[in-house]
Amino acid sequence: MIESHLPAYIALTFVLFSVLIPAFGLWRSELSHPIAVLGGGIAAGFSLFGFIDVINDGSIRYFFGGWEPPVGIEFVYDGLSAFFVLVINAVAFFVLIHSHHISKREFPGKEMPYYSLAMLMMLGFNGMIMTGDLFNLYVFLEIASLAGYALIAIGDRPAPYAAFRYLIIGTAGGTLYLLGVGFMYTVTGTLNIIDMAAMLPMLYESNAVFAALILMIVGIGVKAALFPMHGWLPDSYTYASSSSTALIAPIGTKVAAYILFRIILWLFGIEITDAVAPISYFVGVLACIGILYGSIMAIAQSEMKRMLAYSSISQIGYIIMGLSLANPWGFAGALLHVLNHAIMKACLFMISGQLRLKEGHSDISRFDDGYRKKYPWTMTYFTIAAISMIGLPPLAGFFSKWYLALGTIDNSNWLFLAVILISSLLNAVYFFRVLEKVYMMDPSKGQKEPTDAKRDEASASMLWPTGILALSLIVIGFANAVIVGVLLDIFPM
Amino acid sequence: MDLSFVPLLAVLVSLVAVVPILLSSSKPNLREFWTILAAAIKFGLVLLLLPGALEGESVELHLVDLAPGLPLALKADPLGVFFAVIASGLWIFTSFYSIGYVRGAGEHKQTRYFASFAVCLSATIGIAFSANLLTFILFYEMLTVATYPLVIHNEKKEAVDAGRKYLAFTLTAGLLLVAASALVYHYTGTIEFTPGGVFDGVELPHTAMLVLFILFLGAVGVKAGIMPIHGWLPAAMAAPTPVSALLHAVAVVKSGVFAVLRVVGYVFGTDVMGDYNLNDILIILAGTTIILASLIAFNQDNLKRRLAYSTVGHLSYIVLGIALLTPIGMTGGIMHIAAHATMKITLFFCAGAIYVNLHRTEISNLNGIAKVMPWTMGSFAIGSMGLAGIPPINGFFSKWNLALGSLEGDMIIPVIVLVVSGLLNVGYFFPILYRAYFKPGEGLEKYGEASPLMVVPIVITAALSVLFGLFPNLFFNFFDLAVDISSTLFNNGSP
Repeated sequence: MIESHLPAYIALTFVLFSVLIPAFGLWRSELSHPIAVLGGGIAAGFSLFGFIDVINDGSIRYFFGGWEPPVGIEFVYDGLSAFFVLVINAVAFFVLIHSHHISKREFPGKEMPYYSLAMLMMLGFNGMIMTGDLFNLYVFLEIASLAGYALIAIGDRPAPYAAFRYLIIGTAGGTLYLLGVGFMYTVTGTLNIIDMAAMLPMLYESNAVFAALILMIVGIGVKAALFPMHGWLPDSYTYASSSSTALIAPIGTKVAAYILFRIILWLFGIEITDAVAPISYFVGVLACIGILYGSIMAIAQSEMKRMLAYSSISQIGYIIMGLSLANPWGFAGALLHVLNHAIMKACLFMISGQLRLKEGHSDISRFDDGYRKKYPWTMTYFTIAAISMIGLPPLAGFFSKWYLALGTIDNSNWLFLAVILISSLLNAVYFFRVLEKVYMMDPSKGQKEPTDAKRDEASASMLWPTGILALSLIVIGFANAVIVGVLLDIFPM
Repeated sequence: MDLSFVPLLAVLVSLVAVVPILLSSSKPNLREFWTILAAAIKFGLVLLLLPGALEGESVELHLVDLAPGLPLALKADPLGVFFAVIASGLWIFTSFYSIGYVRGAGEHKQTRYFASFAVCLSATIGIAFSANLLTFILFYEMLTVATYPLVIHNEKKEAVDAGRKYLAFTLTAGLLLVAASALVYHYTGTIEFTPGGVFDGVELPHTAMLVLFILFLGAVGVKAGIMPIHGWLPAAMAAPTPVSALLHAVAVVKSGVFAVLRVVGYVFGTDVMGDYNLNDILIILAGTTIILASLIAFNQDNLKRRLAYSTVGHLSYIVLGIALLTPIGMTGGIMHIAAHATMKITLFFCAGAIYVNLHRTEISNLNGIAKVMPWTMGSFAIGSMGLAGIPPINGFFSKWNLALGSLEGDMIIPVIVLVVSGLLNVGYFFPILYRAYFKPGEGLEKYGEASPLMVVPIVITAALSVLFGLFPNLFFNFFDLAVDISSTLFNNGSP
């Protein structure tokens, strides 16, 4: 009967390891990393097992302590949450393996608190995804956020300022969300998502419900870095230590996007969402602006981490645009992009971390064609991830774009279609700029001969995770029909 | 014999060859052996498909589903085989020529060059054998990416700029193709290439059809060099000459016109094209391109750039033939794919031989070179006269069919365009020959012909141009094949 307890096991694994790490880490600091990897691995294993189980046997509702809602708290482990849990835990597992050398170099002596906080943050993320209760969600959101602020504050000198800024904005977002939950509780008398969803059709066009919807979207939009609530993101991702960024960037905003999916498609349903005003269209337009804004700003950056941070703003826009379309293709495209983007961004941020470790910087304008010789595999993986980001077939990134395009066409939404296409071109601009630097002699410097740099590849603990993630982009590209088949079944309407 | 895996193998052989090519980067002779071996096997595999194609049969292979209900599928139909024979056959000559060229010119990063070349050929054969639009997009984008390292090969400022321009044009085109394909899928529920088109029984408003056609035109017109979106092609002449010869005269640009043919004949269908008057747009664009490109070619002193504009013009011959929507015109267009390929590759080969041997790239410096490079310039004369449409070279033959095709469709203006263009071709090629043969040259005493690795392929491709002009069915029954293909497009799939 292990299956019926799986949701709890996933969450409890992170609780357990967040305690185990200090317990062992105080004794032997170097044990923190292997224990964290073990924890991440166990959680990822459970998630994979659970996802397969949900696909085969249907969703699991887990009542804590046997107390049924609305009295007790439940975890709802259905297709959507199982998918997100699998994505974030699997990616986090690879990032944790990768962070070994980087954490030793970038914040020596602080590994123990770092990994313990990482486990707590993962607990928060997993809890947010699995919980079936809106208030409980807020609690997990704060757990994840507080751990996240601390993780971001470990880093370059401006990192604490960036973290503080994030803390202020993030807390405001959390509070708005909580206010929205309060409104909903007043009109429905419950906090359980499934109960509440059953009651909402009776409250069609209620002002309180409308206000709550707006508050929740704005509040969570801050966490998802939905334009124009993205201001905290670029600094945080740039100045945080490379291992923190690699951990938070691929999954943090995805979890917030998950909440938007849950609220708009499951709790309210697209009809109630759009009952008073075309909210979904409005959210889609914001996503579009974010897509273009993020891409254009990414072109303007010379620091690789900052470029990737802006690119994240743009990519989260794809996901939320797909959500706003509220049709099967858009939905499948958005969820596929959750998976793709988590992998691509993890891979790219991990590579930026490797470069910082080796070169001491990740400033694109100082890249040269020696990198090709020094880091042949790293640069190959970078190229794969970059081409996937641009969205060329057969890599995974192309297919999320293809389904999103089908989704916009189903809604006859030509504006969104154009945005998807234009943004791909902008992606090409900022990634080929890097590839030009790495693979070509610099004509502006009058360089005549290729540099004779010696091979100085990153160590296996970094190369393997990046390599596996990069190659998985090819596998996902060819296997996406299977994945999308599953995702289409999850679509709630 | 079961041939169903042959198309896949034909695509993969050069892709697989990339691995040994990269591994033997320190042993140039071994590395080039892999290229030649892959080219020979590829051509052999394609030839295996030819007898079936001549019978009008197709070999189909469904691999994985790329998206629910949309397979990655290869289909070696007669048109695909026709194109694949040309591309893979000429790759053999280009491979030998490339060896002579890159060693003669002392190019750097030769491994990258040969590896990219092999990927390009895989993509080209993939384009030829794509059974549906999604598979086509995959190989079309693959060709874009694989050509890029060849365009920027010498890594000078000019080449880097050309590479950027190339990507800007082709990536935009790729995105338009994605949008157009998604729309076709939305409207018709299929994206499979079907002779006669996929719009059977689907009524669309005229504007919708027009927008869709323009999207497709933007998507395939870039690689087909239709004005005003041809700008990348002259810029891409910064690439080494064998690249210009095979890719920017045969593989890449012919993939473009091949795509035009697929779109017109297999997506829209000739009936829909005519009913919605979409072919008029194509005729006007192609006619304008033919004339303008020839006029611009006059002004180019750089030999490769003049050839590039000539290519732009001749690609539109093919587009024009397709757009006439008459069986003979279509046949002429298809034949010109082969004819222009053999002639233009000869001319580019000559340009490369002159560059490697004499380090001359400008036409004004070519005085008297026919004395030292008689074989090269003799071949050049054949190729250029063929492009001008002088019998018995194969350029005349396809042009004759194009003219007949426009008369068959009661159109006189295309005939005038063809005649004027023929004169313009004479006009911009003749001065080159005049300088080479009749003007006294300077500083040529110590030079002879280029290396045999280069001269032999030149002479062979020139000879092929003449032989195909005299006997269109001499090898592979090419003319019959073209006639069959074009008749399927006008009889809803039956030959």
